[in-house]
Amino acid sequence: MRADLDIIQEWVKTKSKVLDLGCGNGELLCYLQQEKNITGYGVEFGHDNITACIEKGVNVIEKNIDEGLAGIEDNSFDTVIMTQALQVMHRPDQIVDEMLRIGKECIVTFPNFGHWRARGYLALRGKMPVSKFLPYTWYNTPNIHFCTFKDFENLCLERNIHILERTVVDNQHKHHWSIRLWPNMLGEVAIYRITR
Amino acid sequence: MPQSIPQDSVGIVTPQTIHFDQPLALACGQTLENYDLVIETYGELNPDASNAILVCHALSGNHHLAGYHSAEDKKPGWWDSAIGPGKPIDTNKFFVIGLNNLGGCHGSTGPQSLNPETGKPYGPDFPLMTVPDWVESQARLADHFGIQQWAAIVGGSLGGMQALQWSINYPERLRHCMVIAAAPKLSAQNIAFNEVARQAISRDPDFNNGHYYEENQIPKTGLMLARMLGHITYLSDDGMREKFGRELREGKISYDFNPQFEVESYLRYQGERFSTAFDANTYLLMTKALDYFDPAADYNHSLPSALEGALCKFMVISFTTDWRFSPERSREIADALVEAEKQVSYAEIDSDHGHDAFLIPNPRYMDIFAAYMQRVGADIPTTGKEAN
Repeated sequence: MRADLDIIQEWVKTKSKVLDLGCGNGELLCYLQQEKNITGYGVEFGHDNITACIEKGVNVIEKNIDEGLAGIEDNSFDTVIMTQALQVMHRPDQIVDEMLRIGKECIVTFPNFGHWRARGYLALRGKMPVSKFLPYTWYNTPNIHFCTFKDFENLCLERNIHILERTVVDNQHKHHWSIRLWPNMLGEVAIYRITR
Repeated sequence: MPQSIPQDSVGIVTPQTIHFDQPLALACGQTLENYDLVIETYGELNPDASNAILVCHALSGNHHLAGYHSAEDKKPGWWDSAIGPGKPIDTNKFFVIGLNNLGGCHGSTGPQSLNPETGKPYGPDFPLMTVPDWVESQARLADHFGIQQWAAIVGGSLGGMQALQWSINYPERLRHCMVIAAAPKLSAQNIAFNEVARQAISRDPDFNNGHYYEENQIPKTGLMLARMLGHITYLSDDGMREKFGRELREGKISYDFNPQFEVESYLRYQGERFSTAFDANTYLLMTKALDYFDPAADYNHSLPSALEGALCKFMVISFTTDWRFSPERSREIADALVEAEKQVSYAEIDSDHGHDAFLIPNPRYMDIFAAYMQRVGADIPTTGKEAN
C-alpha cells in the first residue's frame, strides 16, 4: 500500500462510515473494509479506476468532485478522506468546506509546494518546478492549486477549521527528525486530520 | 438468418410456458385466479440453485433475451450483447431466466388471453399491473425453480425498476441488484409522454375501446404514433443528428407532406413495424405500470427509507445522453442507497444513444457490466451440494 495510505488507515476507526474522495483504484477502501470493517464509498472520475474499484468489490460513485457533493447529507460520514487531490480541485477551499459538512472528521493530504526542492527550482531556474514527484509542466498539469503547509494552515485558521493532527513526510513517506523541525521546508507530503 | 451461430451465442433456444394455479392478488384489487408465464432460460442451474440471474424486461421487451429461435431467425434476443458464454452475464457460470411479464403480449397471460368469465379475450378488462405485482409473480417463478435467493436481478429502464422493487419487497431473496437507465419514479414529463402515446392509441378508430380482437382489426395507426413518439424519447438529440442529420431521401425538398427527411422515414418504418408486432392493450398497460411506479410513496416519499431494509449490493448505471431517465435520476437512486448505508456503486457511461444505450454494447459499459458480474459470481456461496 502507498505509504501515506498506511499512515491514514491508523486514523480511521473500526466499523466507521468512510467517504474517500478521489479514491483511485480503491486500494485504501479495500484495505479499510478488510482490516477495519468499515462501510466505505469512493468517489472517482477516472474510468479505469472505477472499473478497478468494482473488481475489488469497493463501492464507487462516479462523480466529478468539482461539481460538488450536494446529494450527500450533512454529517453522514465519520471520516471523509481526500488524498493527493486537493491541488487538482477548482476550488479547494469549497471542497474542504463540503468535506467538513459531510464528515465529522476529515483527512487531507497534498504535496507541499514549499518544499526546498520546489523553492530551489523556482529560485535558481526561474521555471515552474518539475520533478519525479511532480512530473507535469505548467501547461499540462492537473495540479492547478498548489499550496504550502503554511498556506493550508492559514486557510484552516481563517475558516475556523481545527487541525487535530498533522504528519509531514518526505516523498518516501518517512518521518525524519529534521522534517519535524522544519516541515514546510523539508516535508513533501502533509497528512492532516481536521474537523470543524 | 445468421450466417452461422456465433461462438459466444447461447445458440438455438426454446421458450417454455409455466402455469400457475395459486391466485395472484393484484394492487388494483383484482385477482388473477391462474396465469401463465412464458420464459426462456440459458445456462445451467447449479444444485444449490444459487447461480440464478433474473433479467427483467422494459416496456416493449419480452422473455427472449438471447440466442435464436431457429437457424432462420434474423435477429437474436434483445440483450444478446450482454448474455452468453463469456459475455458479461456469462451463461457458463450463471443460470439466466428471462420472462414475459404478466399483461405482456408474447405469451404470458395478458389482454390477448381469454377471460375465463366471458370466454373472450380480456382486452381492456385485463387488470392493470404494477411493478410490485410483477415482482410477486417473479417470486413465484423463483419458487417454481427452487431458487431461494437470486445471485442477481438485472434490468434496464422499467426492468431496472423491477430489480429495485425486488430489493425492497424481498430483501433476503437477492444478493445483487443491477439497476440500469432507470428512475426511482416517473417525472411529470415522463408521464406526459406516456399520456400522449396512450391517447394516440385509444383515439384510433380501430381501437374500439380495446375490444379490437373480436373485430379482427388492430389500432395500427395509434400504436405506430405511440411508438414513433416513444422512439424519439429513446434517442438523443446528438444521436439523431449523427444518424440522420437533415439528410433527404431524394436529395431535394419536394414541397409536399410525404416523408422526405431520413428521420421521418426511419420513424415511420419503426412505428409501422412495431404496430403489427405489439399489442395496443399491452402498450397501454405497460405505460401505466411505469407511471404508477413509486416505491418511496409507501415510505413517506423517502427513497432512503424505502431502501432501508434492502440487503443486497447494488450497481446503478446511467448514460450521459439519456433524457428519458437521465443520469440525475439514477444518481437519486445511488444517493438514496448511500444515505441508507447500502453497498452501491454508480457509473455514468458516455454514449450518444440516449435511453437506448442500455441495449447497445459499448466498451466501457460492457467492462463495468462484466466487472460487476465477476463480483456476482464471486458471491455465489461455495458451500453446499455443489462442493460434494
